Amino acid sequence: MGSLLEVENLCVDYITENGYVRAVDSVSFVIEEGKSLGLAGESGCGKSTIAYSLMRLHRPPALITNGKIKMDGKDILSLSEKELQKFRWKKISMVFQSAMNCLNPVVTLEKQFFELYKTHGITKNKKESRKMAEELLKIVGIPPERLKDYPHQLSGGMRQRAVIAMALALKPRLLILDEPTTALDTVVQRDILQKIYELKEQFNFSILFITHDISLMMEFCDTVAIMYAGKLVEQAPSMKILKNPHHPYAYGLKNSFPSLQGEIKYMEGIPGIPLDLNCIPKGCRFQDRCFKATKICFEEEPGRSSRDGGFFYCHNPLELVKEI
Amino acid sequence: MVKKLLNSKIVKFLKDSPKTAVGLTLILIVLILTLGAKLFTPYGPMQTFDGLWRAAPSADHILGTTQAGKDVWTQTLYGGRVSILVGIFAGSIAVLLSLIVGITAGYFGGIVDNAITTIINIIMVIPQTVLLLIIASMVGRISPLAIGVIIGVTSWPWGARIYRAQTMSLRNREFIKSAETLGESKIRTLFVEIMPNMLSMITSGFIGTLIYAIMAQSFIEFIGFGDRMSVTWGQMLNNAQTTGALSSGVWWEILGPSAFIILFGAGLTLINFSIDELSNPKLRAQRIMRKYYKEKKAQEKLLRKQATGFTSNEGGVK
Amino acid sequence: MEAQEIKKPIFSVKNVTMDFKVARKGFLAKKSTIRALNDISFDLYPGEALAIVGESGCGKSTICRIAMRFYEPTSGKMFFNNENIHELKGEKLKQYRQKSQMIFQDPFSSLNPLYNIYYHLKRPLELYHPSDKETMYKKMDEYLTMVGLTPPKEQGEKFPHQLSGGQKQRAYIARVLAVGADVIFADEPTSMLDVSIRLGVLNLLNKLKRDLKKSFIYITHDIATARYFADRIIVLYAGHMVEWGDVDKVICNPKHPYTKLLIAAAPDPEREGKIDLPVIRDEDTEIRQWTPDSKGCPFRTRCPEAKEICARECPEPREVEAGQFIRCIHG
Repeated sequence: MGSLLEVENLCVDYITENGYVRAVDSVSFVIEEGKSLGLAGESGCGKSTIAYSLMRLHRPPALITNGKIKMDGKDILSLSEKELQKFRWKKISMVFQSAMNCLNPVVTLEKQFFELYKTHGITKNKKESRKMAEELLKIVGIPPERLKDYPHQLSGGMRQRAVIAMALALKPRLLILDEPTTALDTVVQRDILQKIYELKEQFNFSILFITHDISLMMEFCDTVAIMYAGKLVEQAPSMKILKNPHHPYAYGLKNSFPSLQGEIKYMEGIPGIPLDLNCIPKGCRFQDRCFKATKICFEEEPGRSSRDGGFFYCHNPLELVKEI
Repeated sequence: MVKKLLNSKIVKFLKDSPKTAVGLTLILIVLILTLGAKLFTPYGPMQTFDGLWRAAPSADHILGTTQAGKDVWTQTLYGGRVSILVGIFAGSIAVLLSLIVGITAGYFGGIVDNAITTIINIIMVIPQTVLLLIIASMVGRISPLAIGVIIGVTSWPWGARIYRAQTMSLRNREFIKSAETLGESKIRTLFVEIMPNMLSMITSGFIGTLIYAIMAQSFIEFIGFGDRMSVTWGQMLNNAQTTGALSSGVWWEILGPSAFIILFGAGLTLINFSIDELSNPKLRAQRIMRKYYKEKKAQEKLLRKQATGFTSNEGGVK
Repeated sequence: MEAQEIKKPIFSVKNVTMDFKVARKGFLAKKSTIRALNDISFDLYPGEALAIVGESGCGKSTICRIAMRFYEPTSGKMFFNNENIHELKGEKLKQYRQKSQMIFQDPFSSLNPLYNIYYHLKRPLELYHPSDKETMYKKMDEYLTMVGLTPPKEQGEKFPHQLSGGQKQRAYIARVLAVGADVIFADEPTSMLDVSIRLGVLNLLNKLKRDLKKSFIYITHDIATARYFADRIIVLYAGHMVEWGDVDKVICNPKHPYTKLLIAAAPDPEREGKIDLPVIRDEDTEIRQWTPDSKGCPFRTRCPEAKEICARECPEPREVEAGQFIRCIHG
């Protein structure tokens, strides 16, 4: 399977009164066709910024200052406005965190689908648009009669399904999910995620899944990438990162989720507070909170080491399981 | 040394925000001129100059004289004191009333809120200017102070609604609930926890009411309900109007008071905007945007170079 | 051998029911009533943590608010040290306020942004433990150190916007300590914090429970942290207690179909492959609103084991194993 999306050395800065804050610093990753990549991290790590930058939806004062985002050989950052319009939603589409952020509250679902089809030149016929919308709603599990409802008449889970249906309307190659289920309950969350994965198998699109819930991500994604303070610190297949995390932050994150089975033992989480991007220290960004920090960590930024089908950036990686 | 530090911080702030700088300057100019009137004019406001009726501006009388032979410049300065004082007086009454009513309605809710809101709505339905005129006409020609009282007592409903809404939204914030679970008394919560969080709104409310009060006062006097013997901006305009100043080309009699009203009002409005900016950082975006567009152009150039294959010193992955 | 102490509960809830009137759509439609809580009863003992788990809308926050006297229950009573909390007045009410406090979900708005941390600790001391300035500052520094905000002199002078989310929550916990509360209602205290910080705050609460014998009611939708922190657990569905008891027994061996559903739905990285949730697909797979006229078991429309009788009668509580109770005719 070839790679669908290649991100090389992406840098995104926020222009503030006191200078530039680099929210995303030289991040590179690859999403393969038909596979799902999970992007995990806490607040301020830059994952939402990356999601918005992939479709060039980032608003001022965010500015992409370097890097390439290649899809099908073309660099998204070099597309003109017209090409970008054709490209958005057809090739990549996005499901935002809160459905009420993307549904127009004063317009019925039917009309929203119609506007979608009209803008992208699929059809200008209301009947045709309704038929296509009903098909889509059936796929995500909403009864077609709800097409006439306003967004506030649907429950939270249904609204999110409607948003997913809209995102899949033009059969995109890549679906970006930005914390799609954070505002929902566990049962609804699982339902929706399982539905998305069924659809992924059926239509063969790739997924970029952004969340802070690592345990959820490990269940659903093929590959997991972990970010801290704007840098990508480790990427590995999800089973491997669960059993054998190399970066201390990945290890600490894994240890922040108590399990439902087995013995209840004392867990530490990660001591300290998240890094303030206005004062980035010399050397590795994780130095303040790392239990394996040594002198070199305070002086040099770690380079990239590949191992085990993934890579990480650390001077003193963990080796929980000996490699064969 | 300390003075230098203070100066630099204040100067930097003023440079960053031209609105504040201009607004403050205008207000200061008017205040200094009116409060220090003695320093800027040798004459008295009621001093008559025989033979110099409707005299055009000259070296002796910078803004000429009125129909009655009084110096326009002097009258503007001394009259300004009264106008501004009445404005402050009216503004204070209005803000005090609207605060008390608004916060009470917002915090206590229930029947109290319903009763107060009904009263507010009734008063708001009556057009304010008409109300002012009716009261003024019933009382006849009234002194500037009385005008101030009337303005204060009729313009509080607007503010009350705003303070009520803000109090209601603050009341549901968790730190207020926390004060309640701590067992703080309701009065203390109101004045120590809620009201300080509304300070910027109260200040800009006061300034807004001040502008309105000065305008309304000038308007009432201009129409003719003011005391003919008093010297205020509005009264000067009334005198000019009733004696046909504009139609006879006597522009200087009108210029004095109008210019000062406009300058003072504009200064206060600018200050209001800058208070808004201070309390809502998103409005400071204008300053950042200039920086942003400059950066954006530079980056677009860089990215275009990368796309067409020129190697840049940031360098992609080979 | 230790002598068996008869433990007396410090906080009891007996048959509490809570109804809310809600305006229906339409101008002239009559107001309808929603039953947020139906027949809730439990005891809380000193030095223990009781978790209340359920999805949004199940009524768990309402229990907190009734206990804090924001509402009065439609029927039933709540007792603190055997006294009905809604009948307390004057000195006794002041004592209750001191002994029971609440930790809020949103650390960003539970501290007044205009005052520094010392102010937030000084007020409780001034109200309940007045003394001279020096003693007060010493006590405040002690509390700040206890919650991990060090150095206390520096952190005390800071304003809320200068602290991170986790630090704000710790500062609030210091305030609760300063009051001297014995029963603490923690309403989703970590759900708005960063993932790596959550366990730190929970460990702090655990320390207070063990060392200072504070009692906690820990409200959450996250079953895994409930297992980590609490000793006993109550599972709520649509305002009803459906399963409750010892936390390990309930989570590792659930007997009520809803508990089984919750545990199956919780993320578990060690599990591989798709799982079929043990629930019937409903058009709205979300919680139904209960009204005073509703009959039968609230979970019946989604329960894979529902029988005809489940639509007619609401099951009574029964003990299925030592220390584990359910409201179900199956299991």
